[in-house]
Amino acid sequence: MTEKTLGIIETQYFTLSDELTLKSGMKLGPVTLAYETYGDLNADKSNAILIFHALTGDAHAAGFHKDAKKPGWWNGMIGPGKSFDTDKYFIISSNCLGSCKGSTGPASINPKTDKPYGLSFPVVTIEDMVAAQKKLIDHLGIIKLLSVAGGSMGGLQALKWTIMYPEMVKSVIAVATNHRHTAQQIALHEVCRQAIMSDPDWQGGDYYGKTVPARGMALSRMIGHITYMSEKSMDEKFGRKLIGKEKVGYDFSTDFEVENYLKYRGDSFVQRFDANSYLYLTKALDYFDIAEEGDLNSVFRKTQSHFLVIAFTSDWLYPAYQSKEFVKALKLGGLDVSYVEINTNYGHDAFLVEIDGQSHLIKHFLARMEKES
Amino acid sequence: MTEDIAPNARLDYRVIVDLIERGSKVLDLGCGDGELLANLIEYKNCKGTGIEIDEKAIYACIAKGLTVSHGDIDSGLSEYADKRFDYVILNESLQQMLNPQKAILEALRVGKKVVVGIPNFCHIQARLQIFFQGRVPVTKELPYEWYDTPNLRFFSLRDFKTFCKVNGIKICQERAIDTKKDINFLQNLFAHIGIYVLEK
Repeated sequence: MTEKTLGIIETQYFTLSDELTLKSGMKLGPVTLAYETYGDLNADKSNAILIFHALTGDAHAAGFHKDAKKPGWWNGMIGPGKSFDTDKYFIISSNCLGSCKGSTGPASINPKTDKPYGLSFPVVTIEDMVAAQKKLIDHLGIIKLLSVAGGSMGGLQALKWTIMYPEMVKSVIAVATNHRHTAQQIALHEVCRQAIMSDPDWQGGDYYGKTVPARGMALSRMIGHITYMSEKSMDEKFGRKLIGKEKVGYDFSTDFEVENYLKYRGDSFVQRFDANSYLYLTKALDYFDIAEEGDLNSVFRKTQSHFLVIAFTSDWLYPAYQSKEFVKALKLGGLDVSYVEINTNYGHDAFLVEIDGQSHLIKHFLARMEKES
Repeated sequence: MTEDIAPNARLDYRVIVDLIERGSKVLDLGCGDGELLANLIEYKNCKGTGIEIDEKAIYACIAKGLTVSHGDIDSGLSEYADKRFDYVILNESLQQMLNPQKAILEALRVGKKVVVGIPNFCHIQARLQIFFQGRVPVTKELPYEWYDTPNLRFFSLRDFKTFCKVNGIKICQERAIDTKKDINFLQNLFAHIGIYVLEK
């Protein structure tokens, strides 16, 4: 018998009926969100789980698109019999506002000018992403989500969901995430942004139909990838291995495999992402602080959600102790929270590759949530 | 003995489950694979959570449907408000702590009562080994060699009671057991395990 799969998946699109008023006070519309669904919504609509991707991810979390060789980014976690079991749950994976992966963002056409927004696109926040997703969930007729789940930027959205719409969120699965962007995270993003903005091809964000700021984007992505790995995982993967040569070249050509890897990652990023979108999304992350209007211990006071928080020992971008800070706030608030630190060398990327540990934890956590509903 | 526990459960678990009132809020410090917590929840209608340092044990807890946190008790319990729990359990964990005094006092801060289970390092078998063989004891109940033991603290039932007295901790209830039954005579000599309900 062949293993059950999700089959061919198609991305769907939802356009909000009204303009969205953003946190900044600006209005944006029309707003479209790209999303995918896996599994079936049950009769009482109690089995829906909303999944969020990380910074440069997309709605394609699982299964295969037509003619695609690679599956979605969390395919190991979502599918029949997997931890997000599509035989039991209705999984919704939403792309975020500001992204270039099918949702409204700076690369979208501004209907008022018939040109891409570019930098005239308003700055969006994690709160705005969540507000747009809320409309999608309303559109799908779901009153209460069994769970909201995501890693990294997806984790921030999950936390914000239970704060903004506490009555709609039965449980939260927050992976490799924190409750506010720290100075180091902002600093790293600013270096990435400056790499793009200092590329002459960026042209103040008005590069559509012209040459894209490829060098800036590639450099930005190279920096990003360093932060997603750990010192150990890089050393294990590349060591000091040379690329295509026996001895170092004593010149500035590519000597080491790690250099080659970063260049490859940088170049492929240019093909698949929009530079302005990257600027906007990193800004949204940097603006994120769930305790901005009060202390951390009081922001969760309205939520009744159950929490599963997962961190990774070698993640230095979203270190475990930062997860522990909001776990502490949740516990002080008397909430039901499980916290697990998975021992791994994969760094921040672990949330995409440490499938076994996460699967076990999420599967059993969701089973408990089902029983409690 | 109560029937409020799985029939094949360990005797120390049976005693602890017996000591804890039905429907209590419980925190199990060093909860291991969560068996005790699961019994308290299933058979005594308790609401419970645990803290455990071992990742594999945490996975076992989550598989039982428990709410647990991965962490080190030695670093304190600052995430819990005063008297947040009816009972805090420290079973078979005190002897492995760097700072057991702090752990007990923290447990007494967040719990109205604290249940402590400790191994008796001065059981007669241990004493005989020290006296006749001149060796640090290795027994069925305390099976570790000096070079691979997880235990950091070695104490007897009497030592523990003295500790409580010195620290102004009241022992409300106590039970001394071996692996099969209660020991009521010369407990510090014949009991393998002491279980105490504390208050401060």
